[in-house]
Amino acid sequence: MAEDEKKELNAADKARLRAGFDLDWRRELRRSVPVKERLKIGRLKMPERPAGERNLDFAEVNLGLAPEAAREEARRCLDCANPLCVTGCPVAIDIPGFVKLVEAGRFAEAARKLKETNSLPAICGRVCPQETQCEEVCAVKKAAGMAVAIGNLERFAADFERSSGAVDIPPVAPPTRKKVAVIGAGPAGLTVAGDLAKLGHDVTVFEALHEAGGVLIYGIPEFRLPKAILKAEIDYLRRLGVAIRTNFVVGLTATIDDLRDQGFEAFFIGSGAGLPGFMKIPGENLVGVLSANEYLTRVNLMRGYDFPVHDTPVPRARTAAVIGGGNVAMDSVRTAKRLGAERAVIVYRRSRAEMPARVEEIHHAEEEGIEFQFLAAPVRCLGDERGRLRAMECLRMELGEPDASGRRRPVPLAGSEYTMEVDLVVCAIGQSPNPLIPQTTPGLKLGKWGNIEVDWATMATSLPGVFAGGDIVRGGATVILAMGDARLAAARIDAYLGR
Amino acid sequence: MPRVLDRRRLVPNLHLIEVHAPEIAAKCRPGQFVILMPDEKGERIPLSVADWDPGRGSITCVFLVVGTATRKLAALKPGGEIPVFVGPLGRPSEIANFGTVVLAAGCYGIGALWPAARALKAAGNRVVALLDAKSEDLLYWKDRYLSVCDKVLYSSRQGGDQGPGEFIPGPLEEVIKAEAPVARVMAVGCTYLMYVCARATRPPGIKTIVSLNPIMVDGTGMCGACRCSAAGKTKFACVDGPDFDGHEVDWEELFARRQAYAGDELRSLCRYEEIELP
Repeated sequence: MAEDEKKELNAADKARLRAGFDLDWRRELRRSVPVKERLKIGRLKMPERPAGERNLDFAEVNLGLAPEAAREEARRCLDCANPLCVTGCPVAIDIPGFVKLVEAGRFAEAARKLKETNSLPAICGRVCPQETQCEEVCAVKKAAGMAVAIGNLERFAADFERSSGAVDIPPVAPPTRKKVAVIGAGPAGLTVAGDLAKLGHDVTVFEALHEAGGVLIYGIPEFRLPKAILKAEIDYLRRLGVAIRTNFVVGLTATIDDLRDQGFEAFFIGSGAGLPGFMKIPGENLVGVLSANEYLTRVNLMRGYDFPVHDTPVPRARTAAVIGGGNVAMDSVRTAKRLGAERAVIVYRRSRAEMPARVEEIHHAEEEGIEFQFLAAPVRCLGDERGRLRAMECLRMELGEPDASGRRRPVPLAGSEYTMEVDLVVCAIGQSPNPLIPQTTPGLKLGKWGNIEVDWATMATSLPGVFAGGDIVRGGATVILAMGDARLAAARIDAYLGR
Repeated sequence: MPRVLDRRRLVPNLHLIEVHAPEIAAKCRPGQFVILMPDEKGERIPLSVADWDPGRGSITCVFLVVGTATRKLAALKPGGEIPVFVGPLGRPSEIANFGTVVLAAGCYGIGALWPAARALKAAGNRVVALLDAKSEDLLYWKDRYLSVCDKVLYSSRQGGDQGPGEFIPGPLEEVIKAEAPVARVMAVGCTYLMYVCARATRPPGIKTIVSLNPIMVDGTGMCGACRCSAAGKTKFACVDGPDFDGHEVDWEELFARRQAYAGDELRSLCRYEEIELP
C-alpha cells in the first residue's frame, strides 16, 4: 500500500546537513578523535530493569543512558560527510548534527536540533524501529559491526531537555489567521499540528477519544512509553499554539464539510488504522477473545491495570495466547504477563526470523518469560456452556515459497491439530483503516483496502485542501512513517494555504 | 467539560440526564447514542439518546442504574460537569412511511424509542406503542407517547385500567393481530425484551428492528468489544448498528457477551458503594 521508502534526500535537506557539517566546532570535534579510535569503542547497552522485576509492573523497562555514557556512545559516530543514516530516517533528522552536540556535551542544543525536524523525539527515541532505519545503514555498522545507538541518543537528548525543565519553544511565525483542522491526535496528526503551528497557522486537532495521542496513548503500553512523556510532548504542542479538541468525532459530531463552513481552509486526516482485524475462525466471539486494540485500550487509555481504582475491567488470564508476531502482539503478551498470567504465549504462524516485531521487543519478551509457539495458527476457539473461552485449537505450519511480502508463506500441516487450554486470546493480526471518515466524506477517493488514496508526492487526497497520512493511508505501519507523511503533508498544506 | 443541565429520577432506578452538547444536538438522529464517562476514573459507557434540543443545545438520555458508571451518573447534580460526552454515534434508525409500526419499549427503551416514535409519526406512519412497566408508578413519558401515537397500550402493568398485566410476547402478539397488517416492529429495552419481541414476530414474518446494547469501549469501531453476530456475520454494534434486524441476531452470543465482566462489575460496584458513594 505504501510507496517505497524515500531514500534520496532533497536538495534543501542536503544543504541543511552540509551547513552543519562545515561548522568549525564540528570539524574540530571530528579531528579530536581519530576514526580508528572511534571504531574501537563498543556500542553501549541501554540499562534496563531486571526482567524478573519489571514483568510484575507497568513501569518503564529501559532506563536511559547516563550523560557520560551518552557522550561515549556519541563518540562512536564518525560524522560522515554523506550521512547514510539520514536517508534511513522518514523525517530526515540531522542525525550527525544532534549526535555531535551530544558528544560535545551540549545536550539541550541536541534536543533543539532534533525538534527542528521531529516534534516528538522522546517518543521516537523509544518506539522507532531504528535497527531497520537509520541504524541499519549506519557507516559504523558496516565498519565495526554495531551501529551507533542513534535511537538511544535521541531518547537521551529529549529526556535531558524535559527533565532539565527548560523545554525550549522555538520561534513561531506571525499568525496567518488560516484555520487548519487536523483529524486524529495520533503521531501523524500531532506532527502536522506542530509543523503548521510553527508556521503561524491556526491549528485545531480533533480527537475522538478523551485523551490525545492516538496509538501512543491507547496502544503502546506504559512500560514502553510512559504517559508522562507523551503528556509532556503534547504540552509542548499546546505551547506552540495548537488547540486540541478531544471527544469530537469528525464524520459524526461534524463532517469535513461542516468544518469547512466554520472557516477551516485545509484538512489533514490522520485517523489511523482503527479497525481491528479478526481471524475469521469459529468461536471468535466467545467471551475472552479480544482484539489487541480492545485489550490494550482497556489497559492503557482506561487504566484497566489499576482496576478497581479505575472502573474499567480487563480480563486477567491464567493462560493468555496472543496471535501475531508484530510489535502490537509483543505489547499485548507482555501486558498479559504483567497482569498476572502464569503463561503468556505468542502464537505465530511463521518462524522467528519472519517476525515483524522489533528485535528489542522480542528480546525483552523472551527475557520476561514469554513463551513462543512458532509455525502455529489457530483454527478455532472452544467455549464452555456459558459462552466463555476455555481452549484454542491450532494447526502446525511449515514454511513454503515466499509470498508477495517476500516472507516465506506458512503452509498448514495436515492432521497436526493440537489444543491448548487458554482463558484469554488476544488477536494482534493487524488493523485496517478506520472507515468513519471515508464513509462520511463524499468524494474522497479510496484504495482497495478502504485506505484513503493520496498523491505520494504531496499527500493530497482527491478533495481540494484535504491531505492525509499515516495508517489511514498506509493500513498498519509505524509511528515514524506516519510522522514522515505528516511532515511532507504539513509542507504542502502550508504551500496550499499560501496560494 | 460538558455541563449537566438536568439529572433527575423519572421512576425508581431510572434517571434522566440532560447534558449541554450543542454540536451533538445539532446532528443527532433517532436511534443514535452517545458514549460518556461519569468521572475521570469511570468507564466509557454507551447510552441511547432519548431526546435533543438544538435550541438549548442539549442531549437527553434515560438510563437504568445497574453498575458503577450509572450509579455515578445518578449522583450527578444539575450544574455539575461530565468529562466525556461524545456523539452522536452509530447509524440512525431507518425512518420512512412503512404503514403501521408497533413500538415495543420497556425500561430505558421507553426513552430511547421516543425520538423514533416522533419521527415515524411525522413520516406518516400509523404508530402504535406498547409500553412495558410493572406498574403505573414505574411508567414514564406516557404523555409524550400519547401526544404522537395513534394508540398507546401497556404490558406487564398490574392494577391499571389498560393492559393485560402480562409481559411480552402475549400483549405484542395481540397488538399485531389487532393492527394487522403491521409493517414493522421496533423493540428497545433490556436484551430479554428485545429477544422475546424478535421471537414473537418471527412466525408472522414481521420485520423487527432492535437496538443492541453490547459492552463498548471507544464506540467508533476501533476496538471490537461490541461485536455481535447478525445473519451469521460478525458486526460492530457501534458502527454497523446499533439497530439490527432482530430475526438475524445471535441472541445467545449477545447474552453471553453482555456478561463478560459480570464479576468485575459487581466488585467495582461494591467497592464504590462501600468506599466512594457520596
